[in-house]
Amino acid sequence: MTFATAVLLQLVQLLVMLAVAPLLIGWIRWVKSRLVGRRGASPLQPWRDILRLLRKEPVLAHQASPLFRASPYLIFTAIWFAAALVPAFSTDLALAPTADLIALIGFLASARFFLALAGMDVGTSFGGLGSSREMLIAALAEPAMLMVVFSVAILFRTTSLAEIAAQILSHPVGLRISLALALISLLMVAIAENARIPVDNPATHLELTMVHEAMVLEYSGRHLALIEAASHVKLTLYVGLIACVFFPWGMATPGQGFAAGLWGLLTFGFKLVAAGTLLALFETSIAKMRVFRYGEFLGGALLLSLLGAIFLYVSRGV
Amino acid sequence: MTLVAAIVLSPLLAAFLLAFTPGLKRAAALNIAASSAHFLLALTLLWAPHQSTALFLLDGFNIYLIILTTFVALTTSVFSAGYIATEVKEGKLNPLNLRFYHAMYQAFLFTMLLALSTNNLGVMWVAVEGATLTTVLMVSLYRTPAAIEAAWKYFILCGVGIALALFGTILMYMAAQPIMGPGMAAMTWTDLLGHVPRINAGILNLAFVFLLVGYGTKVGLAPLHAWLPDAHAEGPTPISAVLSGLLLNVALYAVLRFKMLLAAHDEALAPGPLMIFMGLATLALAGIMLYRRRDVKRFFAYSSIEHMGLITFAFGMGGPLANFAGLLHMTMHSLTKSAIFYAVGHAVQARGSQQIADIRGLTVSHPALGWGLLLGVVAISGLPPFGVFMSEFLLVTSTFARTPWLAVPLTVGLLVAFSALIMRAQQMCFGAPSMPQGRPLSGALVPLYAHLALVLLAGLWLPEPLVAWFRSVAALLGG
Amino acid sequence: MSDFAYDASHLLGAIVLLMSFALLYQNRLFSLLHVYSAQALTLAAAAAWKGYAHDETHLYVTAGLTLILKAIIIPIALHRIVVKLDIHRAVEPAMSIGATMIAGVSLVTLSILLVLPVTAEASALTREDMALSLSVVLLGLLMMISRRNAVSQVVGFMSIENGLILAAVGVAGMPLIVEMSVAFSVMVAFIIFGIFLFDIRERFDSLDIQKIEQYRGEQE
Repeated sequence: MTFATAVLLQLVQLLVMLAVAPLLIGWIRWVKSRLVGRRGASPLQPWRDILRLLRKEPVLAHQASPLFRASPYLIFTAIWFAAALVPAFSTDLALAPTADLIALIGFLASARFFLALAGMDVGTSFGGLGSSREMLIAALAEPAMLMVVFSVAILFRTTSLAEIAAQILSHPVGLRISLALALISLLMVAIAENARIPVDNPATHLELTMVHEAMVLEYSGRHLALIEAASHVKLTLYVGLIACVFFPWGMATPGQGFAAGLWGLLTFGFKLVAAGTLLALFETSIAKMRVFRYGEFLGGALLLSLLGAIFLYVSRGV
Repeated sequence: MTLVAAIVLSPLLAAFLLAFTPGLKRAAALNIAASSAHFLLALTLLWAPHQSTALFLLDGFNIYLIILTTFVALTTSVFSAGYIATEVKEGKLNPLNLRFYHAMYQAFLFTMLLALSTNNLGVMWVAVEGATLTTVLMVSLYRTPAAIEAAWKYFILCGVGIALALFGTILMYMAAQPIMGPGMAAMTWTDLLGHVPRINAGILNLAFVFLLVGYGTKVGLAPLHAWLPDAHAEGPTPISAVLSGLLLNVALYAVLRFKMLLAAHDEALAPGPLMIFMGLATLALAGIMLYRRRDVKRFFAYSSIEHMGLITFAFGMGGPLANFAGLLHMTMHSLTKSAIFYAVGHAVQARGSQQIADIRGLTVSHPALGWGLLLGVVAISGLPPFGVFMSEFLLVTSTFARTPWLAVPLTVGLLVAFSALIMRAQQMCFGAPSMPQGRPLSGALVPLYAHLALVLLAGLWLPEPLVAWFRSVAALLGG
Repeated sequence: MSDFAYDASHLLGAIVLLMSFALLYQNRLFSLLHVYSAQALTLAAAAAWKGYAHDETHLYVTAGLTLILKAIIIPIALHRIVVKLDIHRAVEPAMSIGATMIAGVSLVTLSILLVLPVTAEASALTREDMALSLSVVLLGLLMMISRRNAVSQVVGFMSIENGLILAAVGVAGMPLIVEMSVAFSVMVAFIIFGIFLFDIRERFDSLDIQKIEQYRGEQE
């Protein structure tokens, strides 16, 4: 029974993540349009775009290698599977024992690896440029992310997401400066990783500044649909991750009934809406930064996470 | 204790009076009169009982330094009157700034006396900080680019140093507070001395390192000495004299008070080796730097650094003999170095340049001044029969007796500095005058010769009561 | 002390340190002044909170002094000075920001390693405040070294004083007279700094310390 529920919940989680991801993007775009005084497309528009792209035949460059064709599938699978690991509405998932922060980072890193390879594969200058910038960002963002994981792991003595969420739900940890720093750092990493303003602008194709869009310029049709969907899921995954570690309230724990699961889904939806709104607000109020400031921005994230880890040792009872 | 309060507050009163005294002559006269009053008041301390209150402390150590301080302040005020008058006549100083100069001179004296006589470590910190604040604008009095650069560096470096000292003071309080309870007692030196054996040794050590670095910056210990030559060279010469003769001593006094606290604790780190090391490093560095100086005030500023290194070394060695040598050397250095700066001030005014190359042949053009400078340099380089020789001799012999291997770097450092001093003195005092028709001397040479006479006297014969006094202070300072 | 009171004190202290990093991170003079003001504000809050949580009324005086002097008067005065001096408002760091940050983190680690082992007997809050304030002091030093602009050096100096006040607040029952005199000396120091800034601007036509150092009386 319990295992069956866990499997069921896991399947629900997989589908929910996939289903809400484009909605979240649509919601952000809609709020941003509203904030700048436009009417804005319906939040369903990303879904429509993906479905439309899926029906289209991909156009491949002559020099494209098999890797170029395989990459969209690999990227999508890696990120979707990573999304399945992050407990969104219930900690009682079949994959919970494997829902480890470090494994999560591994999945995301391999997705990025394939994306960067695919960007360079065709040999256009934009693709190479995008890949090199992506790697620059990754080189700084990943250590920051790992430092966050270390702080959290030291504090909770585990890297399992489900256990962290359960611990926070059962024993409030109070105002911990380390957690606050880890949160800020993780937010900065999330912004960089998801190619949002101020690191990248998801809405332009301006060759001087773009990162993510430069890498996927050569993709079309269902390949592009998969990559777009993967990037949407990735954003949802980060929101889920931050919600799981820092704001797990409302999440169902093992042994609770059906209603708790529903309540968990509802709160997760609410968290997504709130996160989307905040992100839209943030993005409309800030300007894109120049490429050579990336180092300082992500260096700041790394610094904060490092400080967070150091502060653990000045806090009482680690 | 009212006597101490009177001595400390009288310069403050004088500073206020001088701030409202127009007229250069009148201000200079008032400055001399006030300084003599402080000196006379301070002399009465010789008969005052040794005691302490929450705010003030009197023991052999600080009574002797208070008297020395007021004496050097008095002679410097005499020198300053003539010096400043000449500078104003030559248009180098704006008379409007001089009211400020005189007020600050007395305010500086106030901070020195407060730092020496207070029993509260916090107040001591404030006083030493106040000494920086009062002198920094005097260093930039000429308002030349070099003077502003020097004053900026002085302010920044000493400000940072003094901040570290405050951190050390707070750490000291933090160490004492669990045992002595919150409040003033844990900041009062005499109370701390009584309770120190029970204080946590770890924090005490950490605090002392901060205090040594912090107050050590003001002492001019290497590698934190960078402000000292510039501040001495670019300010008016009376300020150079009091910086060298008073401020460095007072900063060292602060270090020593903390050293006494540490010495009373069995498990705390021995402050001696640390001070020995810093002292030797300072001595070596200053000795070498002496050779490359072309500016006469900078040259003697480095000599001050060298001697502060020497005194720090002496107190680091500890024990009755080395402490005695340190105290004697502190006195002799104050007197001799301020005398040298008086002579240098006159010489620079006579030649219109601070370059050593422009001061050649001083005994030919101005015999009284030239021989005075020569005697001063001979005294400071540690040749007999002057008092500096006595103290250096005592120090070297006591070092040889206790730790011979330390005596080697000490002697080498002394010799290096010695030959640099003699070489330069020979250049400045003898030979054909670089400027045949030098301007006539301004002001009297009384302060110069008075100091030299005292130093000579100390070298020939130390009065028995003084020896006894220094012995008791040396015992107070401990190992 | 309740957990919440402890956590809040710790949080405020850590924010003061964080502001020091923000100071190192800034490369515009005005944002530097804003961050400095924010640091003083947090410090005042930390002092007031400590006073409230421990029932030490004299800490309110410290908080008030910090608030008025350092969060309001000094930043505003510096702001006006910068406007009046009409200088280039971007600060050229002598070290790259990244290198400064790395040095900063190492200094924080150093101060924690230095303070925590020796203060094992003191209360948790005191020793943490000590570690934090030593870090703030060292970061202020780092800022003075890594910035060539005279105004940033002044801000660095003032942030060192903030660290000292944090230390004084952290130790229970620090006599008020000490804090008052520190505040007074900061005020006087600030006035002198103001005089210097104008002097330097007038004589050197720049506030770049490297240019000023060319005027050393005697070249090596």
